[in-house]
Amino acid sequence: MTSRLLPVFVFATLMAVIPFVPGVPPFWIVLLDNIGLAALVAMGLVLLTGVGGLTSFGQAAFCGFGAYTTAVLTTTYGLSPWLTLPLSLLVAGAAAVLLGLITMRLSGHYLPLGTIAWGISLFYLFGKLEFLGRNDGISGIPPLSIGSWKMLDPGSIYFPIWIAVIACAVLSMNLLDSRTGRAIRALRRGHVAAEAFGVQTARAKLLVFIYAAVLAGLSGWLYAHFQRAANPTPFGPHLGIEYLFIAVVGGAGYVWGGVLGAAVVIILKEVLQSYLPLIFGGSGQLETIVFGILLVALLQLAPTGMWPWLTALLPQGDSRRRPAPADALPTRAESAPADGVLLQVENARKQFGGVVAVNNVSFAVKSREIVALIGPNGAGKSTTFNLITGVLQATAGSVTVRGESVSGAPPQEVVKLGVARTFQHVKLVPDMTVLENVALGAHLRGRAGAIASMLRLDRADEARLLAEAARQIERVGLGDQMNQLAGSLSLGQQRIVEIARALCVDPMLLLLDEPAAGLRHMEKQQLAALLRQLREGGMSVLLVEHDMGFVMNLADRIVVLDFGTKIAEGTPAEIKTNADVIKAYLGAAA
Amino acid sequence: MNTTILLFLLQDGITNGAIYALLGLALVLVFAVTRVILIPQGEFITFGALTYASLSAGQMPGTIKLAVAMGIVAFAFDLFTFRRALHAKRVLRSVAVNIIVPLAIWGVMLALSGRPANIAVNITLSLLIVAAIGLYLYRIAYQPIAHTSVLVLLIASVGCHLALQGFGLVFFGAEGQRGPAISSDAITIGALRFTGQSIAVYGITIALIVGLWLFFGYTLYGKALRATAVNRLGARLAGIRTTLSGQIAFLLASVIGAISGILIVPITTLYYDTGFLIGLKGFVAAIIGGLVSYPLTAAAAILVGCVEAFSSFYASNYKEVIVFTLILPVLVLRSLAAPAVEEEKD
Repeated sequence: MTSRLLPVFVFATLMAVIPFVPGVPPFWIVLLDNIGLAALVAMGLVLLTGVGGLTSFGQAAFCGFGAYTTAVLTTTYGLSPWLTLPLSLLVAGAAAVLLGLITMRLSGHYLPLGTIAWGISLFYLFGKLEFLGRNDGISGIPPLSIGSWKMLDPGSIYFPIWIAVIACAVLSMNLLDSRTGRAIRALRRGHVAAEAFGVQTARAKLLVFIYAAVLAGLSGWLYAHFQRAANPTPFGPHLGIEYLFIAVVGGAGYVWGGVLGAAVVIILKEVLQSYLPLIFGGSGQLETIVFGILLVALLQLAPTGMWPWLTALLPQGDSRRRPAPADALPTRAESAPADGVLLQVENARKQFGGVVAVNNVSFAVKSREIVALIGPNGAGKSTTFNLITGVLQATAGSVTVRGESVSGAPPQEVVKLGVARTFQHVKLVPDMTVLENVALGAHLRGRAGAIASMLRLDRADEARLLAEAARQIERVGLGDQMNQLAGSLSLGQQRIVEIARALCVDPMLLLLDEPAAGLRHMEKQQLAALLRQLREGGMSVLLVEHDMGFVMNLADRIVVLDFGTKIAEGTPAEIKTNADVIKAYLGAAA
Repeated sequence: MNTTILLFLLQDGITNGAIYALLGLALVLVFAVTRVILIPQGEFITFGALTYASLSAGQMPGTIKLAVAMGIVAFAFDLFTFRRALHAKRVLRSVAVNIIVPLAIWGVMLALSGRPANIAVNITLSLLIVAAIGLYLYRIAYQPIAHTSVLVLLIASVGCHLALQGFGLVFFGAEGQRGPAISSDAITIGALRFTGQSIAVYGITIALIVGLWLFFGYTLYGKALRATAVNRLGARLAGIRTTLSGQIAFLLASVIGAISGILIVPITTLYYDTGFLIGLKGFVAAIIGGLVSYPLTAAAAILVGCVEAFSSFYASNYKEVIVFTLILPVLVLRSLAAPAVEEEKD
């Protein structure tokens, strides 16, 4: 029993004992059943919304898919409920693939609105279809049974529900703590950084959406056999909203936040429904008023939910823990090309409407070379970086890496050729540790998929990735900050973390966008020493930098851009005396 | 199908579509300025409609009490915000906006109660009450979290929707109500009969669209609102009070919601929870319009209205399914046409 699973084991034991405690009112068990059912859906939302940053109001509809699938198959076709379980999950998952392909590409606010729309549309559809019993739904669904033991009462279905909740929580925790999990967690901060390290963001989004839908489908399947009836009401837009509410109350970023949120919300609703009429004596839905007001108050007081607030009270583990040593990852098999030219930019041009950001720029980077790209603000340096790494597509001209054209290639393909980069505006996931952020850089060097991660079959692979990440963090000198959250570091240190992340790619060419900005003098010297050491190791570096002292001492060659056009290229000594460069920086000589 | 039916359906669709256009415009406005997806818009509709209906029936609507209570809470929030620098001017302004205004409306209502109802007075009172509620709603629920993510604001919207809908049930009961038409005249052109009410709907919609266009294009406040929409921090640095922009946006949205409600309540019976669904159809239009374009939203709203009218004729069972599924092909087209751009979130 690892220390990670010990609290889960304690919780599971506690839940297993509750029904046998004498004097527990049967009503409590019903409440716990409902909490478990809601927790399953909320847990999916935690991964989808809290972790992945994709808001869905439509989860209740996926419960509907799960519930109706088993309802139809067990009543009309007489299938055994256990046989319909995989089918229910399959139908929910298939619906998620279909809806996900349509809606997951939507960014920002379109996504939640899109999910509201199909959530409502499916709700009405459930209520209109003849074979789903229209608004009356389907009744007479057989109970779950093992042998002759039929789970007819709330006390017996309690066990399958909570076994499902705890199993899914463990699977979800495993998933988040893995290579795939890091990719999902990086989604919330936008896709450019994740794609730069080879994450197929569209696929990762779809994956987490399907996962959330399957959890909701499981909840629906259990619900159908718990109520032994299915009608459209519990799968409507209001429930979809409530599930999201549960996730936010509990703590949308935490797997157990879903369970906590479900408990708090369902118990609170019950209490409000029983006591509010006693206090105010009125009729009507007083509980929704109090409920809504409490929700707004909670968001103002604790926008991250209750789970982090609870865990903050607990003692923290040792934060100086290092990942266990593991075999080194295999390094890149290819060697430098024969002609020594690693990167060739030929007449690259990028126009944004009428603005020419990069105007027919050509230059090359050879192996074991540090090339600096300098120029005043707005000269097109970062745009050039984006053209090389596939974030932007050139309007004309070509970019070749080791003789292979990368024109039109997405960032995920460029990084496979051994080109790794950092960003001018740091793109780390602030609520992931430095180690986890850096391990994202090694994404393409791991193999384990989502299912293997959930079942914890990825440990050897994962240990190698983390050991590599730790090695690169030590290399850049941030070993003591390894387990701190990336967001807690100074901006200069965050830039260094980005370099470590890029090194995890095992690159042949490192693209650094203003790596020295925000560093102190000593740190700049350490960075220069590191880059020289990388060059000695056979790596090439292309960097954009404004600190001329740093550039002049470090670079082998300098390319100068001004207004998108290359105005000079040469050794630092040549550039220092170049009249055009002086003019660009200081204006025309008087 | 014959031409008469076609024309009837079109007329019906355009009348409903005009209402959805108004709601869609309000949603776009609020989202652009505050990043709030205004789910409680539906409640502004219901409150406007049912307040007007109650007043017309000679009853005292509960919404005024809500406005007074929310004003007091908003005042308390203001005091808490000002606690480090309690200047008399600020406090007096807050008292005027949050305490005196709703009490004054209540006073007028009490003074008028018992007299024969005048439609114009009732409409004005309804609009004032809902406007006050909208303003205080922003102050209480959204202003303290104005800097947070779209998701947090969205969940807050859900909370406001639940609370306000609950109040709606308390104030107006579960039975539906209808209000008197603005005008009982009608003109007949060919086979079509245009009621005064539907003409009012068209006229007011067009007037509001033109008004909004003028407001945003040619007034300093309109430009300030647009500046806030583009960049909050930049707007603040330029001296625009972003909280004021948010308040104006909510004020406009609540008034537009209330007008929509008052326009529909003579045509259809409204229940305390009808607004939600009507508001969502405004959403469909706003989403089709991309949450940025006013003309596109208006056109989309007409489309939504017409699709609704035709599907209620041909497949009335599936009316809602069709209307809400309409959004999906649009979203697909949008996502194909414009690949997702990088955005800095949180």
